[in-house]
Parts: sequence; structure tokens; C-alpha cells
Amino acid sequence: MAQQIAVLVEHLEGQPTDVTFELLGLARRIANTNGAPVEALLFGQGVRHLAETIPADRVVLVEDPRLRYLTPEATAVTLATLLRADPPRLALIPNTSLGMDVAAWVAAALDWPLIAYCEGLETRDGQLVATAQLFGGKILADVLIDDRPTVISALAGAFAADAMQPEPPGTIERRDPPSELAALHTRSVVLERPEAADVDITRAEKIVAVGRGIESKDNLELAEQLAQALGAVLAASRPLVDAGWLPRSRQVGKSGLKVKPKLYFALGISGAPEHLEGMKDAELIIAVNKDPKAPIFSVADYGVVADLFEVAEALLERLEG
Amino acid sequence: MTIVVVMEQVPDVVEELAIAPSGTDLDRDAVSYVVNEYDDHALEEALLLAEATGDEVVAVGIDTTGELDQALYTALAKGARRAIKLTGDFEGTWLSTRAAARLLVPVIQELEPRLVLTGVQAPDDLDGQLAPTLAALLGWPHASVVIGSQLVDGALQVRKELWGGMTMTLELELPAVLGVQAARQAPRYVPISRVRQVMREATIETRDVETSGDLAPAIMRLRFPEEAGQAEILTGSASEIADRIIELLRARGLL
Repeated sequence: MAQQIAVLVEHLEGQPTDVTFELLGLARRIANTNGAPVEALLFGQGVRHLAETIPADRVVLVEDPRLRYLTPEATAVTLATLLRADPPRLALIPNTSLGMDVAAWVAAALDWPLIAYCEGLETRDGQLVATAQLFGGKILADVLIDDRPTVISALAGAFAADAMQPEPPGTIERRDPPSELAALHTRSVVLERPEAADVDITRAEKIVAVGRGIESKDNLELAEQLAQALGAVLAASRPLVDAGWLPRSRQVGKSGLKVKPKLYFALGISGAPEHLEGMKDAELIIAVNKDPKAPIFSVADYGVVADLFEVAEALLERLEG
Repeated sequence: MTIVVVMEQVPDVVEELAIAPSGTDLDRDAVSYVVNEYDDHALEEALLLAEATGDEVVAVGIDTTGELDQALYTALAKGARRAIKLTGDFEGTWLSTRAAARLLVPVIQELEPRLVLTGVQAPDDLDGQLAPTLAALLGWPHASVVIGSQLVDGALQVRKELWGGMTMTLELELPAVLGVQAARQAPRYVPISRVRQVMREATIETRDVETSGDLAPAIMRLRFPEEAGQAEILTGSASEIADRIIELLRARGLL
């Protein structure tokens, strides 16, 4: 029997995230080529019900109050303990806010190789090759996975969820929490959900989104005018929200909101992978950017390589004229 | 007490990138380097913490480009008290995260900080992010995707961003390692005249470090993403483009 393909189940208080099923789908496809079992690693508190819906050959369940939230230290320590005791062929971890805290920690602690930002994984001539997205999505790196157990930190949205319908696992194995959990250096955890926002961009049919190319806060007015003329709401990529120009409720991307409008009109957004993750499923994407190699053009239906202000002003003239 | 900020120079991804003939690295001659933008946020967060507590900020970097001085002088001009540069036989090398962390650990241990901050990620960290890697090697607690922090009575409160606007506030014992996504406020601006003044008055401490083993990440091949799925590019004057866009929107019933 080939070594198992392990998947860390990401969830928030028992609610699994989409990327968990994407990684289980990926694990199943690899397993189908080499006969390895798919093993889901589920940590939490009161999550037995979730274990019963995970499509894996085996679910390893560790329950403990200190694992109620998948906090960096508790999750990393538990995961490293399990992986060390029974090394898998691959350990698949989402490259999300929670997963990023864990993948590099575990790989360094076990001295195993890690491939981060993974967006592709396939067998070529009998060997596993991972593809990682680097340099803001402008370059891909193919990496040969050698014989050692390897940690893969995979991008959300990059892999198809194989079985959309949850199906019961083969077996559920409960394990004791590792003794290291008694000596954590993380004291308390509080989860905060966002307050109701003025505008829910996830429900908007049309979005005008602005990025760094907008250059200054004063220029937002032009974008806001264009949004109004198009009957759209204004959203932004991360740097503008970090600068405090727009509230977090308007942020599209990995750490912001995922949107699927009928129109996504991107002004001055280069399209970092974290941004694309939040908008690439929009029905129609039109992007304006000065850089012809901007990654946004790889997901856009229509692209304009030009000064965004000239294009926005010309559009406004027609829409308002 | 000491707060260490680890700063790195990375290829500017806004510029056009070329792949070296070897196929396993960028064409480094064609690359222009900038400070990793998240490291800039880490420095800002460190300075804000230090301003509240009286801690001393020490900027530490591995000079893989021969151009790190500018970044470190800028850090000093912004308020860091010391700057330390690690040099060795890795100039022009793509240093893996693991190799970088191994070089940094002895320096961090010697400085005995109560906190280490660095950027949440870098454009070239193929083998994972630096903050959790350092945390594992140092045996210290950590958090990434940090958007705010506070030192209260010897403990650290950290706000970590999840998704959809959700955040998690953690209390960590010190010493700890943070991967900073965004400082509480935009990184401060420092005029070039101030940086020049610092260059005359301050010195960057240089440590020559020994390396061993593989330094670069193991790569078979670098390539550009396939052109498939490329946007249809609209050309013409701004007004011709505007007409075309309006036509497209009308055709789809979006106007």
C-alpha cells in the first residue's frame, strides 16, 4: 500500500471551508493514480459531526478545547505530532490565513520539503511534479517532488473539488491530543465577525474595482463617479484598503470577500494571485492596466492597456453625456 | 528591550521579469530590487510598538543583492536604532526561506529580542513563509497575516486576519514571531534628505556568515503562465475604447 495523502481539514467552528474539499479532490485524484489512501486530519472541539461528512478513506480526529479554533501554535503542534508518527507521501494544507501559519512551521519543524503557492500537481513519467505561483503570479515554478514526505501549501480555488456531495468516510479514528498542547504559549483567542457594512459587494451585480494604479485617494472620486454611472458599486484591492482609502467591507480577494458579479470592471489592478482568487469567477471581466503583462489580463475577458484615467473619463463622458 | 525586524529585498514584480538561460532562476541582471512591501509594513508595526513601549528596533537583513544598505539606512532614518547586514557567498543567489531562516536564527538569538516581525510573505518564498519557519526553528509562538498588535504587561495581543472581514485576536507569550500583512497605519514616509543624513552619521553593522548545504530552492523549471485565457485586448484611442466597452455592456444587457 502506498503512503497516504494527508489533507488538513480547514474549518471555522465546525464549518469547513471550500478549499478543504478542493484539497480532498486533489488528494483523491493523486490517490487514484497510485492507490494511496486519502487521510483527512480533522482537529477541533465538538466536530465529530463534521468528520462524518468528509470524503476520505480515513478521518483522523483530534478533539480538544485548545483546538476549538485552528490557531497557529496548537494546530501546528498537533499536525507535526501526527505527521511525524505516520509520515504521509504528501501533506496538503491550504495556503490560507490559517494554513500559512501551519504549513511552513510543520515543514521546518520536521525538516521536510515544502512547496508553497501550489496551483498544480500532477504525475509526469511516474514522478510527482508541483507547480507554484511566484512573483505576483507572473512566473510559475515546476518543482519535482522527491521521495521524502513533502508538505504542499495549496492555493484556494486552484483545484477542483472532486466530490461536491459530502460522503461518509471509510473510517474515523480518534487520537489523543498531543501532550505538547498542555504547554502552549498562546493564551487566549477571540473571533470577531465584521459589522454589517453599508454595501454588500458580494450581492452587487456590477462592480467597479480599483487598485494601486489609481495612485491617490483624490482619484477615487472619478472611480466612484464611473461606478455610479454604470450602476455599480465601488470595490478595491488590498493596498487601497490597507491605506485606509476604502473600508474593509469593500476589499476583494483572499483575505477580503469573494465576488461573482455580472460585471467586474478592474481599474489599475495588476492582479496579484490573492486578488484573482476573489474575483476570477465574475461573468464578465474588463480590466484596464498600463502593464501589458499584468496578471489580471489572464483572467479578464477584455483588456485595455492604457492610462486608466483617460479610459474612465471617456466612459464617463458617454455615460453621463 | 529589543524588537527585531527582518527585511528582505525582492525582485520588483511591477517590472517585466525575464527567466535566466538556466531556466531555474530569474535573469538577475534584468531585475530591479525593492524592499518586500510586507517587510515595510513589519517595520512600521515594529516602530509603532516601540514608540509605545520604549523598545529598541533592530533591522536585520541578508544581503543577497549587494543593495541592501539603502533599505537598512531607510529603516534607520525611520526610527530603527540599529541595522545589521548579513553577508556571505550568496550574493546573486535565490535564497530559500529555510536557508535564510537558518542564517538568521543565530543573529536573532544573540539579540535576545522579545519580538521578531517580518513580512507575511514574499514574491519568491517558494518553500514557505519566513515568519512560521523562524518560529519553528526558534521554538517560539507565532502568528501570520497580522494586521495589528499591542504589547501589554509582557504579553502580546495580535490581530490576525482570516477571510471575509473576520479577524482573530490572539494573546501570545513572548518572545514571539509575527508575519505582518499590514501595519496599523500606512508605512511612514521619510524624506531622502533624512536618509542621506543617516548615511553620513550611522553605520550598518556587517556580519559575514558561513553557509552550508543547498541555499536555493529546488526548481526544475521556471516558466511564464500560459497565454491561454488571455483577455481580448481592445485597442484604439480612449474614446474608441470607451465606445467599444459600452457596446459590450449593452450587448450583455448590463447598461
